[in-house]
Amino acid sequence: MRGNLYRYLQGFLVPCAVLAIWQWISTSGWVSPQILPAPTAVLTRWVAYLLPLQPFDPQQSGYIAWLFSGELLHDASASLYRVMIGFLIGAGLALPLGLAMGASDRIYKLFNPLIQVLRPIPPIAFIPLSILWFGLGNPPAFFLITLGAFFPVLMNTIAGVRHVDAIYIRAARSLGANQTTLFMRVMLPAAAPYILAGARIGIGTAFIVVIVAEMIAVNSGLGYRILEAREFFWSDKIIAGMITIGLLGLAIDTFMNRLNTRLLRWHRGMESR
Amino acid sequence: MSQPAMSNSSANRPCIAVRGLRQVFTGSGDKEVVALDGIDLDIHAGEFVCLLGPSGCGKSTLLNAIAGFTTPTAGRITVNGEAVASPGPDRGMVFQEYALFPWMTVERNIAFGLEIQKKPKETIRAKVEALLSMLQLTEFRDRFPKDLSGGMRQRVAIARVLALDAPILLMDEPFGALDALTRRNLQDELLRLWSTLRKTVVFVTHSIEESVYLADRVVVMTYRPGTIKRNVPIALPRERDPSTPEFNRYMKELTQLVMEEQRRHHVDELRGVKGE
Repeated sequence: MRGNLYRYLQGFLVPCAVLAIWQWISTSGWVSPQILPAPTAVLTRWVAYLLPLQPFDPQQSGYIAWLFSGELLHDASASLYRVMIGFLIGAGLALPLGLAMGASDRIYKLFNPLIQVLRPIPPIAFIPLSILWFGLGNPPAFFLITLGAFFPVLMNTIAGVRHVDAIYIRAARSLGANQTTLFMRVMLPAAAPYILAGARIGIGTAFIVVIVAEMIAVNSGLGYRILEAREFFWSDKIIAGMITIGLLGLAIDTFMNRLNTRLLRWHRGMESR
Repeated sequence: MSQPAMSNSSANRPCIAVRGLRQVFTGSGDKEVVALDGIDLDIHAGEFVCLLGPSGCGKSTLLNAIAGFTTPTAGRITVNGEAVASPGPDRGMVFQEYALFPWMTVERNIAFGLEIQKKPKETIRAKVEALLSMLQLTEFRDRFPKDLSGGMRQRVAIARVLALDAPILLMDEPFGALDALTRRNLQDELLRLWSTLRKTVVFVTHSIEESVYLADRVVVMTYRPGTIKRNVPIALPRERDPSTPEFNRYMKELTQLVMEEQRRHHVDELRGVKGE
């Protein structure tokens, strides 16, 4: 019992120590609160950022709508929306191409040189071009996030299909499977662990790219908000925004991890999770 | 146990006929390896044949050729009069590595062959149900292969092949990775299925004891190039008892035949020629 409590508290030791030192430095007057605001100030600001801006007015909106009218929720959902759209386009394009490249040497040889040249270019380097092509707002952000999600999913799908154990293919063929069945019911599920790992990396990259895209090409979302806060020297709001980004990233990754464990419960490596 | 109807007399035409089979592989450095040469083999319907020989003698290559996984360099193979061109559900294959689909439960694995033939749902359910109980797998139906023991996995692999009612079972050292007790258990199970379902079985093994225990006829192969060294019919009544003098006479005869080839294999190994 005592051991359990200790283990539970153990995880809080270092964070609490860091917060305490941070609080002490900020309040001691050594540094300006504009450079390093105290954790308490950040927390206050984060709550203010979360809560609705206007007092409740029944004539303006319903209670629930008012409750969710805060800036933070608005920004977070805008960022999340962009990640989702970009990721779905990117993964949606990468998956069929990756399957085709993994399964056919001919297609692989056709596409691989181009992909090897484009892949090392960070999506962020496409920002100037994306603004020229798509202007400002959501379209360039979608484009950049799509790029960020595309390559991890593509590379892993190719590897996944190429690593399908030949014995499954032999077994399926001797059971009478034709090419389509072989592909849909054997190669695709056998490659699933790789593909899902690629999706997890892809959505992580998409999340990085969305913040950068919002700082430059869009005027909403978490990335935009922390850059805006800098212009007013609101360092407490910058940090509050960063914490929100961290929490959202953690939520996405936890979700992907759960999804993986659920979809791959047949997989050998999954037992220990 | 019912004595299998003497299959040799029942069929004038062999069920599986191999004629002048030659299989050449290009190994590393463009060196050609003659895996099989001049194989003539007739296997009759309902017969249980073991292919026996040291590793590298091409017994698995011969089985793969009958299964249709490889194209012969020369010669031909017919199954019930039709030339083998590709793998097919009339020849059920059981692998040493089980080759179960790990993303499917036991039940789904068994149903796979029937599902891709677009059989009616009711037929599939009834068939799977029957096989689950026949192979004592009912309580494991919802498990994934990773949660099964080796013996259980091989039961599922056998059920998956039986689901298609294939008249021929091709088995590539199916019990090679199992412990001795599980192995004997599955050998008895296989004999029971063979005699009740009247299958033709081609069974690759390097265990002399296993071949005498199971086979109507043991085909001993030579080491490189793989040819047929001798056909040894096992004229022992079933069920066989490995502790009898008759059983041991066969063991002795086959051991001698296999050891001659094993010595050639050993010499090759000393020379650094890679085995199979």
